[in-house]
Amino acid sequence: MSTDTHDITVTVNGTRYQRQVDARMLLSDFLRHDLLLAGTHVGCEHGVCGACTVIFDGAAVRSCLMFAAQADGHAITTVEGLAADGERLHPLQEAMRDCHGLQCGYCTPGVLMTMKAFLDETPRPDEAQIREALSGNLCRCTGYQHIVEAVALAAERLRS
Amino acid sequence: MATRSFGAPIRRNEDARLLRGEALFVDDVELPGMLHAAFLRSNLAHATIRSIDVSAARAREGVVAVYTAEDLGAYWAPGPLLVPPPPIKGLVFNQRTQVPLAKGKVRHVGEPLAVVLAQSRYLAEDALSDIAVELDPLPAIVDLETAGAEAAARVHEDVRGNVAAHVRQIRGKYAAARSRADHIIARRFRYDHGASSPIETRGIVANWDARGNQLTVWDTTQAPVFLRNGLAAMLGLNERQVRVIAPFVGGGFGPKIMLFYPEEVVIPWAAKKLNRPVKWIEDRLEHFFATTQERSQIHDAEIALARGGRILGIRDTFVHDTGAYNPYGLTVPINSQISILGPYVVENYESTFTAVFTNKPIVTPYRGAGRQHGVFVIERLMDIAAHELKLDRVDIRRRNFIPTDAFPYNNELINQDFAPLEYDSGDYGAVLDKAIEMIGWRRFLAEEQPLLRAQGRRVGIGLVCYVEGTGIGPYEGAKIQVQANGKVSIATGIGTQGQGHFTSFAQIAADQLGVEVRDIAVVTGDTDQFYWGAGTFASRGAVVAGNAVNEAAKAVRQKILKLAAEHFECAEEDLEIANGEVSVVGVPGQAIKLGALALKANPMRGAVRPGTEPGLESTQYFGPPSGTTANGAHAMIVEVDPQTFALKVLKYVVVHDCGTVINPLILAGQVHGGVAQGIGNAFYEQLVFDDEGQLLNASLADYLLPTALEVPNMEIGHTVTASPLNPLGIKGAGEAGAIPVGPLFAQAIEDALGLLPQGIELNEIPLSPNRLFELTGKPRR
Repeated sequence: MSTDTHDITVTVNGTRYQRQVDARMLLSDFLRHDLLLAGTHVGCEHGVCGACTVIFDGAAVRSCLMFAAQADGHAITTVEGLAADGERLHPLQEAMRDCHGLQCGYCTPGVLMTMKAFLDETPRPDEAQIREALSGNLCRCTGYQHIVEAVALAAERLRS
Repeated sequence: MATRSFGAPIRRNEDARLLRGEALFVDDVELPGMLHAAFLRSNLAHATIRSIDVSAARAREGVVAVYTAEDLGAYWAPGPLLVPPPPIKGLVFNQRTQVPLAKGKVRHVGEPLAVVLAQSRYLAEDALSDIAVELDPLPAIVDLETAGAEAAARVHEDVRGNVAAHVRQIRGKYAAARSRADHIIARRFRYDHGASSPIETRGIVANWDARGNQLTVWDTTQAPVFLRNGLAAMLGLNERQVRVIAPFVGGGFGPKIMLFYPEEVVIPWAAKKLNRPVKWIEDRLEHFFATTQERSQIHDAEIALARGGRILGIRDTFVHDTGAYNPYGLTVPINSQISILGPYVVENYESTFTAVFTNKPIVTPYRGAGRQHGVFVIERLMDIAAHELKLDRVDIRRRNFIPTDAFPYNNELINQDFAPLEYDSGDYGAVLDKAIEMIGWRRFLAEEQPLLRAQGRRVGIGLVCYVEGTGIGPYEGAKIQVQANGKVSIATGIGTQGQGHFTSFAQIAADQLGVEVRDIAVVTGDTDQFYWGAGTFASRGAVVAGNAVNEAAKAVRQKILKLAAEHFECAEEDLEIANGEVSVVGVPGQAIKLGALALKANPMRGAVRPGTEPGLESTQYFGPPSGTTANGAHAMIVEVDPQTFALKVLKYVVVHDCGTVINPLILAGQVHGGVAQGIGNAFYEQLVFDDEGQLLNASLADYLLPTALEVPNMEIGHTVTASPLNPLGIKGAGEAGAIPVGPLFAQAIEDALGLLPQGIELNEIPLSPNRLFELTGKPRR
């Protein structure tokens, strides 16, 4: 099989990484197992569940549907880079905690990254908009209600 | 005592790590020299294995080993029976458990044939295509109704009629009740439950440390202690040589309590044999075949009623699909059998079921564990009876409730936990009243629905009731220790998959020990931290382990008071524990920190009195005499698009009695998540097999989990009837949300479309827009 490799330079959470990767290496596997940023989770490997969502040049994307080689020259934010400093949680994270927006926590990193990109574009969302934006992330634990409440609360806190 | 933690909606201790992406899940374990496993799985549902040639796979670069059943030698053996059949007279049970790698024949699509161990998962999967397998197809047993035919093929050659089990349970005399009846209703019901589909699939990492003589296994299991014990026995090790860690687990819902999955047998063995760490992570496609699921039952039920709607008796016969093997015994069908009794007085009951082997993946409990099937039967019977007897759907239920003064109420059947089916406590009328009020039952029917109908809108209302056996034995334990830094550690043997144990257990201990919830660190699912336990299932974690935590906390509290009394030379009654210290009441300045006391309890030098135990520590166990019975009612107002049959839930109400509540925030989350899974089961999710046993929708693009657009906001009401079976008065809550959603959907959709007056009943689940179109004949205007 393919032994093609590519030399790539990727900026993840503000750090530049230079690596050689197999052409077929998925971005999700690269982040998790090469860069050891295992906060990005993999739930379905076919782009449905949204657990692997990262922010790629400002847009929420599914890292299981991209090759690592395609990230060459691009900037990525993962859940590990969401809180600005090591101490305090990002307002989205804080609101998820306040509203009990997570249970097993497996889908949570993908939810956070999708909602981060969403709130950047839609700072005053109503519930229907939140639900629509969230509908690409599957959560099997929460029934979504507390996540929706958390996103609304985070939006409010981010505005003030 | 300071502010009470128990009962408060406290934020969770575990959230910060999960939110930062710092929590450890199995696939996050990285070890030097680790190999990656991929399994070759059968693509046929039923076939004889003629040959498996792995030579080309073994020769591929990067491949370290390839094994088939032959290579396992004496290690190859069918798995254990996890739950033996209960002592029911005349019971037939044919035990056939799964094997680590198929030998001789395959019995369902996805059954593993061989395993490749390679330097990466990519290479391991490449090598799967190098393996040459010759399979001779056999007729597949798929359909439940024909599985038992004399001419049918046999899933297991020596099991006639594919009968996995046959069970009959009787209370009273149905025939006599039937002869007295004013009204008899007989119907066929089909209920199909689906795949639990946690967002994290299963996974295992095994590491054999040859110098330390120690095996460590990280596994997405709900039952780490049993996994440890079984692995030790299979591998010829002492239990102390095996450490099983269930770290953060990304959802369980039942199938992760199943063991031993073939991969759980093969991966630790391979790690030991190769002396290299080995990782296997199930992919989503594998999950649809390799992880257990729930599926169909077909019920033929008859209810005998008196004129006013009182139940005189019920007779039910059903067939249950157990899949290719039956390692979990009879838990699922017995739950179905007993759930038909619901919250009602049913003095005469005759129930017979046959569990059949089929060429489909194994069936084991998934959230609700067969209760859905039974609740569907009784709730549909009540609806049909109400319609035929011209009674209100709510009134007929109330009329048949077990009265509040009848508890404990003995149903005279044997439960899945081998104990008699006895409901400990409840006030079913109070729950119903609250649900009626919250949904606005009478106002909707009298005022709102006629107006909506006049506008051409198809809006209906539904209300269903259920009971749920929870908190069964045998036991759990907890070890609590006050550390020298004043913080408290709790260790328990159960695993956790999102239920909030890190917080709820801390809340139970916090009040006893006078410390903040955030200063209590809970460890679950690590067999080196706590040796004993059964696992997280049957809505039992909070009940059984929670009460063990309470007992241990009380014991530690006694030790704290005793030592502090010696320290202050005062009576224990003069002391109070709060804010992390013990103080003498009414004497300012007379206080000692818990940490300092913990240090005193573990002196480095000097003598202690004989019999003194070191530390402020206690290990206690709790085993309930029998399970507790929670109950509830769900109600819904739903609008059906008469053209597309798409649904919009306008209002959803859950009223629930799970006894004393530890943390209402966590409880609400459990209920919300259960309802979401119930909605998936009722209207979106179905495993579709063709007649050759091939699953046609094995992806999340085709097997539809509800999204944020399908799950409505829910309003939750509580009533509290404390359980007399444990000191905290807790009943379990993990499954309640999921159990009664199917019959609720059927009833409310019937009401919305006005189906019953047209003679159309929705007697099956799941429904879907397509299925509604088929059942109702045509789109309605």
